[in-house]
Amino acid sequence: MNNKFWIVFAHTYMTKLKSKSFFISTVITTLIIFGIGQLDRIIEAFSDNGQKTIGVIDQTNGWYEALQAQMQSNKEIKLVRHDENEEQAKKYVQTEKWYAYIVLHVQNGQPKVAYYAKNIADSDVTHEIEQALQQVKIAMMAKQIGLTYDQINALYAPIAIEKVALEKHAKTEEQLDQARTIVYVLLFAMYMFVLMYGSMIMMEVATEKSSRIMEILISSTSPIQQLFGKILGIALLSLTQFVVIFTVGYTSLQNSDMLNQLLGMEKLPLSLLVYGMIFFLLGYLLYAMLFAVLGSIVSRVEEVQQMAGPVTMLVVAAFIMAMVGLNVPESPFITVMSFVPFFTPMIMFLRIGMLNVPIWEIVLSLALLVGTIAFLFVFGSKIYRGGVLMYNQASSWKDLKRAWQLTKR
Amino acid sequence: MGLVLQHVTKQFGSFVAVDDVTLSIPEQRMFGFLGANGAGKTTTFRMILGLLEPTKGEITWNGERITYKHSHLIGYLPEERGLYPKLKVKEQLIYLGRLRGLHKEDIVKEMRYWLDRFKIPQYENQKVEQLSKGNQQKIQFIAAVLHRPSLLILDEPFSGLDPVNVEMLKEAVIDLQQQGTTIVFSSHRMEHVEQLCEHICIMHKGKPIVHGSMKELKRSFGKKNVIIHGELPFETLTEVPGVLKMEKTVEGVRLQIADEHVSQHILEHIYAKGFIRTFSLEEPSLNDIFIEKVGAAYEQ
Repeated sequence: MNNKFWIVFAHTYMTKLKSKSFFISTVITTLIIFGIGQLDRIIEAFSDNGQKTIGVIDQTNGWYEALQAQMQSNKEIKLVRHDENEEQAKKYVQTEKWYAYIVLHVQNGQPKVAYYAKNIADSDVTHEIEQALQQVKIAMMAKQIGLTYDQINALYAPIAIEKVALEKHAKTEEQLDQARTIVYVLLFAMYMFVLMYGSMIMMEVATEKSSRIMEILISSTSPIQQLFGKILGIALLSLTQFVVIFTVGYTSLQNSDMLNQLLGMEKLPLSLLVYGMIFFLLGYLLYAMLFAVLGSIVSRVEEVQQMAGPVTMLVVAAFIMAMVGLNVPESPFITVMSFVPFFTPMIMFLRIGMLNVPIWEIVLSLALLVGTIAFLFVFGSKIYRGGVLMYNQASSWKDLKRAWQLTKR
Repeated sequence: MGLVLQHVTKQFGSFVAVDDVTLSIPEQRMFGFLGANGAGKTTTFRMILGLLEPTKGEITWNGERITYKHSHLIGYLPEERGLYPKLKVKEQLIYLGRLRGLHKEDIVKEMRYWLDRFKIPQYENQKVEQLSKGNQQKIQFIAAVLHRPSLLILDEPFSGLDPVNVEMLKEAVIDLQQQGTTIVFSSHRMEHVEQLCEHICIMHKGKPIVHGSMKELKRSFGKKNVIIHGELPFETLTEVPGVLKMEKTVEGVRLQIADEHVSQHILEHIYAKGFIRTFSLEEPSLNDIFIEKVGAAYEQ
């Protein structure tokens, strides 16, 4: 009996693996990941490396020199003093000798700047000037009222808040930051995988049904074996794709700061990763099952998207709640939602990551989740068995009931 | 033992799709289900295969209920035809064969035999979507018989095929039966059933109106046919007592008569009235029986 499961499993995996669409999607995703890794270099390659010359019409007393000194270290902007009339400056900008020019004057001790350029879409330049000028202004004013350098520093020193949790097992600030990153990454992966591969399963079932091969399949293998074979076959497929993408991504990101930040964290909390895997797997099973059952009541492939809608919304809702929950993990709403089986995989995992959740709560939520999955397998495989024999003009959720009745005596 | 259906009823809500069918199909026989669309043939097959649960009654194959445990003994060609369009013929048959419990080497051997037999060996490595509809149907037939089932269920096996392919498939079906396969098939084409089956069941609105051996049915039907070809005033023939129906054909008429003695009265009636090329007394066709029985059921 079990033998058939492996046949379905291997068939699902191999045919999908060899399919063009899988190849293309893997290549495209890999390219995108690779591209992101090289983003810095790509942007650099496309931008003009030349300095931008900015003319300055100085109507103040000594501000230009200070500004010039402040911006000395800036490699992208070069300031040029302009003593001729403004018409000439305009011409320089129009003939692209200059990138822009500014008119600088002081009013009531406050610097005023007018910025003229061909277009003002590039906010980088004005931002740089503004920052430099801010520094100059502080220095000028400090000098006026006779403040020392140290006094200025003291004025601007940031306030350090040290957060200390009084509860014994509560997580430290550092742990929380780590946890937040891991939780975020895993939540996002869960979201992507469930949506991508869930709809792949639904598509697979709907295609088999619409090509009418289902009746042959279902007369030779039990629906439970078929469902398990398909769901796990596609899970293995997703793993394969993940490994390919991860390997390429890792290689291309190796030197980037993002990855170092992520992996450089000391003491990756192992227990959290284990929980992540458990919830990931259970969440995938739950949603894959839902998608597969829905696929079985669809008569035509075109109807897949429409039927998948509500389940997709459920996944999206869970993800949004989880994103909100990252900031307020203790809220009663999040606590309650973490026990709803459709949300448990994301939200209970988030709570485990961010808080110190009592073990009985984890066990309870897992029990509810596993119970729901078991129920869905029993209930779903019956609907599946009925659903695949049913062909309608237009499918709707009512067909769930009809499919169920079809399997009754 | 064979296939036994005892008081099998299937209801979908308040709709009765199959109504109290009791049948016994002996092993190694060819059994034909006849009936118009919606008569309950496909539902009966699905119940035999265990895809649907009968509301009442029981179905057994050699004394046991059919479950997935028997999957390697059963072959099924569904009415709704379908294969994986993107898979090659060989891959397709290997998958379906393995699901029926065969090993890959045996499948390839059987597949080659059947592809040769159906004169399509060149399609082994082509995708199904590139095949014509008739050839796809042959592949499906191969998928149903690949594992040499002991019970073969064929739902409308000949529909949509051209006459040459129908003959090819018919021969294959007859061969399988002679090799010991029990075959149950449905059709709404009388001549197919008439040629192939020793036993038949005519279904109408879920009820088995007639069932039994073909010979027995024809004999007990009583009515016979008279075929007359020639140049005669046929119109007055309906006045002969015992003539039930008259049907014009190209060359003359075909009469249905209450029993064979009526034929002699007809002969007296037309004697010397014109030129008679053919005068023959024939057994009733299955078509006659079907129309009679189903027609009666309509009137009830």
